[in-house]
Amino acid sequence: MHIIGGVVGPVVREVLAVSHIFLVRNELHWYRVIKIHLGITENILRTNLLKYDLSASTFSPDGRVFQVEYAMKAVENSSTAIGIRCKDGVVFGVEKLVLSKLYEQGSNKRIFNIDRHVGMAVAGLLADARSLTDIAREEASNFRSNYGYDIPLRHLADRVAMYVHAYTLYSAVRPFGSSFIMGSYDKDDGAQMYMIDPSGVSHGYWGCAIGKAKEAAKTEIEKLQMKDMTCREVVKEVAKIIYIVHDEVKDKSFELELSWVGESTKGRHELVPKDIKEEAEKYAKESLEEDDESDEDNM
Amino acid sequence: MVGTPKTTIMAVEFDGGVVIGADSRTTTGSYIANRVTDKLTPIHDLIFCCRSGSAADTQAIADAVTYQLGFHSIELDELPLVQTAANLFKDMCYKYREELMAGIIVAGWDKRNGGQVYTVPMGGMMVRQPFSVGGSGSTYIYGYVDSTYKPGMTKEECLDFTSNAIALAMDRDGSSGGVIRLAAITEKGVERKVVSGSQLPYFASA
Repeated sequence: MHIIGGVVGPVVREVLAVSHIFLVRNELHWYRVIKIHLGITENILRTNLLKYDLSASTFSPDGRVFQVEYAMKAVENSSTAIGIRCKDGVVFGVEKLVLSKLYEQGSNKRIFNIDRHVGMAVAGLLADARSLTDIAREEASNFRSNYGYDIPLRHLADRVAMYVHAYTLYSAVRPFGSSFIMGSYDKDDGAQMYMIDPSGVSHGYWGCAIGKAKEAAKTEIEKLQMKDMTCREVVKEVAKIIYIVHDEVKDKSFELELSWVGESTKGRHELVPKDIKEEAEKYAKESLEEDDESDEDNM
Repeated sequence: MVGTPKTTIMAVEFDGGVVIGADSRTTTGSYIANRVTDKLTPIHDLIFCCRSGSAADTQAIADAVTYQLGFHSIELDELPLVQTAANLFKDMCYKYREELMAGIIVAGWDKRNGGQVYTVPMGGMMVRQPFSVGGSGSTYIYGYVDSTYKPGMTKEECLDFTSNAIALAMDRDGSSGGVIRLAAITEKGVERKVVSGSQLPYFASA
């Protein structure tokens, strides 16, 4: 059998047939090929780089843990979530894709409260994210019970990151397929924001984006001078960025989930009130129209 | 020490820190086992506790809390809050209330709330107070402290207030005596003083 083109490459060394799946080997790797149609490869699913990527307890020869990288890919398949830390608080925005008109509006939340003063926006496998929300809540609650005050965000981010990292060490479990952005505000330490990715690494950020349009969102975020802006101003910018990066062609309708925590909310993490959210969405839609109009003028 | 707590301890908040004080007598029955005891125990750099009740119980609890607070402080990479120390004492004193006999006053300085005094009496309640007295000698000086205390005292006024109060308690309570140990805790650190012998405040009673 002669296989041309496709991901496998022109030269094939060996073919083993296993019912409807073929294991095909070229110089470097084994590939699992679902369908071979005469001389043309079709529907090749290059799934496993077999040997090094089946479990999180194995390194590859070039020093990577593929399972963790695949987990990060899972995050990139989900819709975008962004967080911006400003002078007096943190604002989260999530592009929540509506897969069916039958969904109840406002269901399928992507932003959660971990204790009253900490908010968390997620992207990736939602079930993984939700179970981690419970872990984070438990950590925050235990801290409060043991030490008598709200958990500092840096500490919470460390604990959650440690937990996520633990799942990247063993072959018996798989890594979490989601990234998390956490934010809080208090009088003494000001606004803080941390992002945790599936490898268990946590960093502090002024602006952060996760999900499918994260590169486009990061470009937009970098244009902002967030250190000098207030939450009220940033809410509008967050809405605008989500509208900008939303892909009208591939994903039809979406709901914008907006939340904030800051001086104006007295340190409590809450969904942005309806009137402010509508104002922000209006600003976002108008900015998009302006951009469209300016394109037309140039023509 | 057995029976009711045999001590006088006291702590007062002022703007910028706290002043704590205690007598120095430890008794087994009527024998004074130690006449120069230090009942003011450091829990962390700027957090102290005043111990009354069973010496063994309070030392054990203070050691456990010192460990927990130290660990917590290193994890957070920050100085701990006085509230946290008080919480840790309260958890232990409440959980083991049937076995323990410990009346503790936690006092110190932290950057969030400045000088704070928390009292954790026997039974394991915890409450913050502008000033607090404890131990068997405290019953004799409630009148004095209640009438003399005024908010907004300076550090020196608090030191005088504390040493006068403890001196009066030592005069009337057979289980309190020896020297007065004082400490002033502020952002800058801890200053310790001992008031003894003829320096003790003297209140003539005919």
